[in-house]
Amino acid sequence: MNDKTLYDKLWDRHVVRCDADGTCLLYIDRHLVHEVTSPQAFEGLRLANRRPWRSDANLAVPDHNVPTTDRSAGIADPLSRLQVETLDANCSDFGITEFAMNDIRQGIVHIIGPEQGVTLPGMTIVCGDSHTSTHGALGSLAFGIGTSEVEHVLATQCIIQKKARNMLVSVDGQAGSGVTAKDIMLAIIGKIGTAGGTGYVIEYGGDAIRALSMEGRMTVCNMSIEAGARAGLVAVDDKTIAYVKGRPYAPSGELWMQAAADWQTLRSDAGARYDRVVHLDAASIQPQVTWGTSPEMVTSIDGRVPDPALETDPVKREGMQAALAYMGLAANTPIAEIHPDTIFIGSCTNARIEDLRAAAAVLKGHKLAANIKRALVVPGSGLVKQQAEVEGLDQVFKAAGFEWREPGCSMCLGMNDDRLAPKERCASTSNRNFEGRQGQGGRTHLVSPAMAAAAAITGHFVDVRTLEV
Amino acid sequence: MQAFRKLNGLVAPFDRSNVDTDAIIPKQFLKSIKRTGFGPNLFDEWRYLDHGEIGMDCSQRPLNPDFVLNQPRYQGAQILLARDNFGCGSSREHAPWAMLDFGFRVVIAPSFADIFANNCCKNGILPVVLSSTEVARLFAEVDAAPGYCLDVDLEKQQVKTPGGEVFSFAIDDFRKKCLLQGLDEISLTMQHVADIKTFEARRMLDEPWLFSG
Repeated sequence: MNDKTLYDKLWDRHVVRCDADGTCLLYIDRHLVHEVTSPQAFEGLRLANRRPWRSDANLAVPDHNVPTTDRSAGIADPLSRLQVETLDANCSDFGITEFAMNDIRQGIVHIIGPEQGVTLPGMTIVCGDSHTSTHGALGSLAFGIGTSEVEHVLATQCIIQKKARNMLVSVDGQAGSGVTAKDIMLAIIGKIGTAGGTGYVIEYGGDAIRALSMEGRMTVCNMSIEAGARAGLVAVDDKTIAYVKGRPYAPSGELWMQAAADWQTLRSDAGARYDRVVHLDAASIQPQVTWGTSPEMVTSIDGRVPDPALETDPVKREGMQAALAYMGLAANTPIAEIHPDTIFIGSCTNARIEDLRAAAAVLKGHKLAANIKRALVVPGSGLVKQQAEVEGLDQVFKAAGFEWREPGCSMCLGMNDDRLAPKERCASTSNRNFEGRQGQGGRTHLVSPAMAAAAAITGHFVDVRTLEV
Repeated sequence: MQAFRKLNGLVAPFDRSNVDTDAIIPKQFLKSIKRTGFGPNLFDEWRYLDHGEIGMDCSQRPLNPDFVLNQPRYQGAQILLARDNFGCGSSREHAPWAMLDFGFRVVIAPSFADIFANNCCKNGILPVVLSSTEVARLFAEVDAAPGYCLDVDLEKQQVKTPGGEVFSFAIDDFRKKCLLQGLDEISLTMQHVADIKTFEARRMLDEPWLFSG
């Protein structure tokens, strides 16, 4: 009767007060800040003569605008530079810790949170960025907010919200070898649709999710927003606790013992009820490739570009036609006959060390195919980059013909100089294949790091499991 | 925030589902550190034939004549009629800022992305959810009648067509109150400072590791 879902538990722990209509004041434990969605919020604080409620609950990092090439000369684009300098000044004025551009700990905000132990199980975490859902992989309630809400959290340490509904996505059984967290998540989005999670918080469960590493779970939760969900969650288990232990901002000593014991309760009770339950059979999931301009426009590597003529819903049909026109693809083209020009390995979805290892394992001893014009690897943080270099992964990438870059959001959205040209086709490990996302007119195919690497050496999409590596 | 009570406004139809916030306001314009001035770049990549960058004089740029908002009959539109999942993707509040700056005060759709709808309400833009059937009806009516206007009344939670047909919509009481009165949410929350402090003190005892940094 009183059995609760993980979301129920996290929600209940953070409610300060509620109105009769269910609008609640929710306490926020951690606020992550980047340079794009915060300047107007800090300006609002200044205009109203307000100070941050709890400076120590905030952590800031520049990631969207930073160059991924040599940084010794600073940022060339004056607008990008101003935005990063504005963050530096705001953090200094308001006493907020910032990992500035040349700090080894700098990186994509959703990579550095877990990496530093700034993200902890049981927390509420917000950031002016929709991929904040990433942090739910650690059993924290984490979601993206707008700039007005950034200001609200800075000023009050709270957010005004109504509770969402509970959805369980259970990925049952074992995924085949070579099928990654990215493939699982793209398959989930393909099944429930890009608005399938709207109004819900999704908890990911089932044996295939339990079997994922913490980094894999982050990849899954990261793209919850691509399914429309407010947040994604994975229950705490021993992997979660082991992942957090010893990280710079994680508790230690007696506090660690208390925290770890408490975190073990952060899982849904056996009799908890969900408003919606979706099952996927892990064994049936193949490596995925998107063919259109929405993440739900996805199919398996052995599939074909669908034919809009077979779609009966006229709005959907027109959407598919527009997507194919934009992507420069004909209906019924086999996915394996699509040839990218560019490879991008990076983003808050897939720029962690395991992602780089997976790509390097495929690339080792191979070179870029002749039709690949450029290939970038953008590590998710300075520490990921450092670790990769210790392992010699940078040498594998460079030997294959990849550019080895500095950490940042880079070509996931191209706010810095890393952009696609019109009609340039990219195999990308990022999260959005929207029109113009990676550069005006650019064509994005979302894939896993291993699948991006496989496309890099063969020159077309190919089932990575069929390559001899 | 600008209050929203009622509006009789020209309707522009945007006949496409899953319109994302990257399309509403492309990334290059997010480099601004201001809240205003985004209107000329609303839907920039669809609206103009050239590539837009921040600081360009948009009055000199070539317009895409096929883009709906460039058509003479929709000039001055204040209500955008849209399809499912409008505003999906990035949480950028620059999207509603651009819509407001352009002149939109209402968006009608069968569904909205969560963060976008929330961001609208904080900027005096009313997101109205009607059924797919009702929205399809409105698309047909707009198409058939140049100068088509709708009456949107937040107090009554109603949309009224020129033919006198009335569609009701739901909205949270709190959002409605804030929009009707143009309330500043931070000031509202500040009325509960004592509650927040009590909560925080208890939390420091229950989960002290969250306050040790």
